[in-house]
Parts: sequence; C-alpha cells; structure tokens
Amino acid sequence: MSQADQISLPAESGGAAPGQPAAPAPVAARRGGDTLYFALRNKKLVGGLIVVLALLVLGVVGPLVHTNSPTEYLGTPGQSPGGEWLMGTTMFGQDVLAQFLHGLRSTFLVGALGGGLAAIVGMAVGFVAGYRGGLVDEVLNMLTNILLVIPTLAVLIIIAAYLKVRGVMVEALFIGFTSWPWAARAVRSQTLTLASRDFVDLARLSGVPTWKIITRDIAPNMSSYLFMTFILLFGGAVLAAATLDFIGLGPTDGMSLGLMLNNAVRWSALQLGLWWWFVPPGLGITAVVGALYVMNVGLDEVFNPRLREM
Amino acid sequence: MRQYFGRKLLIYALTFFAAVTINWMIPRFMPGDPIQGLVARAQVADPASVDAMNAHYRNLFGLDVPVWEQYMNFWGALLRGDLGLSIWAFPTPVSDLIVRAIPYTLALLIPAILLSWWAGNRFGAFAARRKWLDNTILPVGYILTATPYMWLALLLAWSLAIVAGIFPVSHAYSFSLTPSWSPEFLGSLLAHWVLPFASLFLVMFGGWAIGMRNLIIYELEADYSNYLLALGARGKLVRDYAFRNAVLPQITGLALQLGTIVAGALVTEIVFSYPGIGYLILQAINSQDFFLLQGVFLFIVLGVLIANFIIDAVYTLVDPRTRVRLQGAGA
Repeated sequence: MSQADQISLPAESGGAAPGQPAAPAPVAARRGGDTLYFALRNKKLVGGLIVVLALLVLGVVGPLVHTNSPTEYLGTPGQSPGGEWLMGTTMFGQDVLAQFLHGLRSTFLVGALGGGLAAIVGMAVGFVAGYRGGLVDEVLNMLTNILLVIPTLAVLIIIAAYLKVRGVMVEALFIGFTSWPWAARAVRSQTLTLASRDFVDLARLSGVPTWKIITRDIAPNMSSYLFMTFILLFGGAVLAAATLDFIGLGPTDGMSLGLMLNNAVRWSALQLGLWWWFVPPGLGITAVVGALYVMNVGLDEVFNPRLREM
Repeated sequence: MRQYFGRKLLIYALTFFAAVTINWMIPRFMPGDPIQGLVARAQVADPASVDAMNAHYRNLFGLDVPVWEQYMNFWGALLRGDLGLSIWAFPTPVSDLIVRAIPYTLALLIPAILLSWWAGNRFGAFAARRKWLDNTILPVGYILTATPYMWLALLLAWSLAIVAGIFPVSHAYSFSLTPSWSPEFLGSLLAHWVLPFASLFLVMFGGWAIGMRNLIIYELEADYSNYLLALGARGKLVRDYAFRNAVLPQITGLALQLGTIVAGALVTEIVFSYPGIGYLILQAINSQDFFLLQGVFLFIVLGVLIANFIIDAVYTLVDPRTRVRLQGAGA
C-alpha cells in the first residue's frame, strides 16, 4: 500500500491553520510496540502530555483538596497572592485559587464533552458521506458546507442569550453540536481514499454490513487521524467556551476560567491592578490548549515517519 | 466557471436562508418565553394589567398571527432593511447602530487578517526546516494560537497601557476631541487602534506561521522538490516552489478560520471598549436587547459569507488548476 500517496494528501485536504490537522492517517498496521517506542522518545508528545495531565489532575483533585467555595466571599477583598491566600482574592474577597481549580475542572469538562460530541457527529457524518457516496453524500456534504460557513460562535451567542439557566453541560452540548463540520469534511476525504481500497471491496463483496466495514476496516486504518482530530476539537471547544463565558454567556451556576476573565474585566481588575485575577485563568486556558497542540505535532511525528528525524 | 460560482452562490444563499431561519426560530422555540421576562421585569402584580401587557408585547413582536405568517413577515421586514428598534439605545433602529459600529470592526479586522496572514506565511515558510528557528520560535507560535484572544488583549492592555502608559486603554478615540479629519484626532484614533490590532494580529500570526511551516515541510518532501534538488537546483528555488504550492491550502484555511477570527475581534473589542460590533453584542446581552443581538448576528453571517465569496474568487485567480478544470467542465 503506498504510504507516499497518503502523505501527500494533507496539503490538498485544506488543512493548515490551527483548526485542522496537517497530517493524514498513516496506516495503523504498524506494530504497537514500535509506535510506543517512538512515542516515548518524542519530546513534544511527552512534554505536552505531562502538561495536560498535570492540569487535569489539578482540576480533578484540586477542588477536593482545596475545599474553599469559588463563589463565596471569604477574605479581604483584593488581596495580592501569598500568605493565607495563595493566589490572592478578587475584588469581593473570593478565593482566586479555588476559582482557578474549579475553572480548570469545567474547562476539561467542556473540552471532553464538547470535543467528544463534535468528534462523534463529525465522524458519523464523514464516514457515511464518504463511504456511501451518491445522494447521501450530496446531502450531507451540502449540510456540512452550510454549517461550515456559518460563524458558529455567533450562533452560540444567540442560543446562549436566550437561555435563562446555563450549565457547563449545556454549553458543551451546544458547542459539540456546532463545531463538527470541518471534522466531518476531513474524515470524509480520508474515507473516500480508503473506500476504494481492495480490502474494503473484498469486505463489501463478502456481504459485510456497512457499519461493520466502517468500524472494522475504515476507522482503524485512520485511527491516528481520528485521534488527532479529537484533540483539535477538544482545544477548539475549550476556546469557544472561554469566548462565550467571557462575553457573559457562561455558566450561570458554577465557575469557569472564561467567567473569571469576564468578572475581572467587568469589575475593572485592570484599572485596579489586580493582575492575579486575570492572569491565571488565561494562562490555564493557554496551557491546556497549547499543550494539546504541541502534543498533536508530536503524535503527527510518531505516526508519520517522514516528519520524524530533525 | 459560471457553474462553479453558481454552485458556491447556491451554498451561500442556502446558508443565509438557514441563518435567517435559525434567527427566527430561536426566540420562538427556546424554553422560556422572552415576553414573560419582559413583563416580569415591569414588576406589575395586577393580573388585568399583566394580560394587557402580554397582549401588547405579542402584538409588538408580531406574535399574534399564525406561525407561517410570522415567518413571512420576518423576511419581509428583513428585506426592507428593518431589523427593529434597539432596546439598549431606544429608539434608535438596530440597523443604524450596526452601520455606525461596522467601520470600527472592519478597521481592526481587515488589516489584522491580511497582515497576519502575509507575515505568518512568510515567517512560517522561512522557519521551516531551519533547525534553531524551528525549535525556538515555533513553540512561541503554538502558544500564540492557543491563547484566547481576550486574554492576550488583557495582557497587552495591562502591560502597555496601564503599567507602561504608552497606549490608551479603551475606546476608539479620546473623548476630549470631537471627530474630525484633523491630524490630532487621527493620531488619537491610531493610538487607540494599535493595541486591539496588535492582539488580533499576534494570535492569528502564530496560527498562520505554524500552518505554513507544516505545509512547507510536506511540500519539501514531495517528489517534485526532491527531483528539483536532484537536478541541482538551489535550495531557494525549491523553497519558492514549495511556498507557492503551500499557499493554496492556507487560502482555504483562511476561509475556514473566518468565523473564529470574527469571534476573536468581538472579544478584543470588549476588552478595549472599542465601539465596534463586539461592543454592541456586549451591550445587547447586558440589556437583554434581543433585536440588537439578532440584527448583529445576521450582519456577522452576511459579512462572513461575503468574505468567503471573495476568498473563493481569489482562489480561482491564484490556482491555475481550478481555472483549467472549471473551463474544462464548462466547455
């Protein structure tokens, strides 16, 4: 099977900017041990993974250890970091550390749920459109193209504005259902190249049902690509949620990093010089998303031998 | 050619239709009744007056006719350019508010998009496969693309405006000046423009640089590059060819990123209280001004569609292959 074919693909599939994985799926048929060997030696992958896992642990375990409420007014307002309040307090005397830990938790929740949902929808649409072809493809492709040009965030703003009560889960749900189109398109074009391969034809001739061909023959052959797509969707969902929260359409109950930024701006933390209120949340988001992107480059190098040396 | 653009236009027309329909549907089919909210805000206890107010609002929003008629009326008003009156800036029509805000948003967006795209592509192409540049500066690119627009804007506002005092923190011009074409006023406009522009530029720059760097690496692996090198061509020549091929997906990438970029501009405006579309959105949300919000939404969709169409046109100009294929298909 020609690897070279596959590797020259990404340039055409239109994936360049941060929103798209630049590499296709180089066949997963390689032995697992081999992949692991290169994975553990890839500094970008390991480094990114460490940062993401560390922040994940902080978000999951943090609120259990540091039990202060993120919303209650606990201390002296506007205290700088250090001493009793490790990361200072807000203008109202809320504990910034508690807000940060809870915010990290909802960041991961939105990313996993929203990104996961978008990945599932995108894959389903992409697989079906690419494998079935014909009218199904036409219709799904049209739908994808339409949703692709609608500015998603504007739609999210409208929806969120009409919701009186907003939770992190609902936010993730809406983000997931609106951010799948580019993934669908990418998966579709990958599926198209696989659908005409001999082993797929063979499966079809022997009467294997469609969904089985997709899950057994097509998906495994682009698993690395799918995984990288999920990572990018995860990052995208985190950024989208942060934007929504910042505009003031974030969760009405609970805390998120975007909401911290929103509060900080609304109560002029800038003018008052309360930098500890707005620096950590942005840093948290940047660290999570940046580490994910770097991890993706690492994964790309692991799965794609041509990128490996250097 | 005509067929290609016809197909594109059909997609855009359908998109606009979908957007208008979404815009019409959301307030009507969302859980929770906005009219109830409006009535509740008036805090009237007397049931008779509550009923009267309900009827008044239903009539005002045109909700007292059958659903399909409401939908037709919505389109009719839209085609007449009537987006309703703003509640936040009552009784200014929504369309007036938007027209007033548009120049500011475009003045930020267009230079930021074009310059960051150009500079990012150049820089990414330059850094690709150059060891230390690739290893030291590109991580910066990754951090930049991962940065939420509003956070970078906040950091710039805090460091360069508040702490260092080099640039003004907010608004589009100093309120001590009256808008005119005097050099003083233009200088003030420029000084207020620098920071929001810079924060948009930087985040986008990182994305384009990384995208280009990856694409160039793929192009340099391609057979034609190896062939050229084997023929003894200079590295510079090979890179030039690689660049021309790698630019094409970057154009498509720009079209795909437009929505995100616009969202970035909106939040940047909010940080700097820059009186563009983003600032309108914030006001609309804070004062529950749904007419304004929906008008802005339609405007953003329209803008993104037009930009997409321009990019399509540019793509066919830049890539001779699409042109040939189109003409072949048309003949």
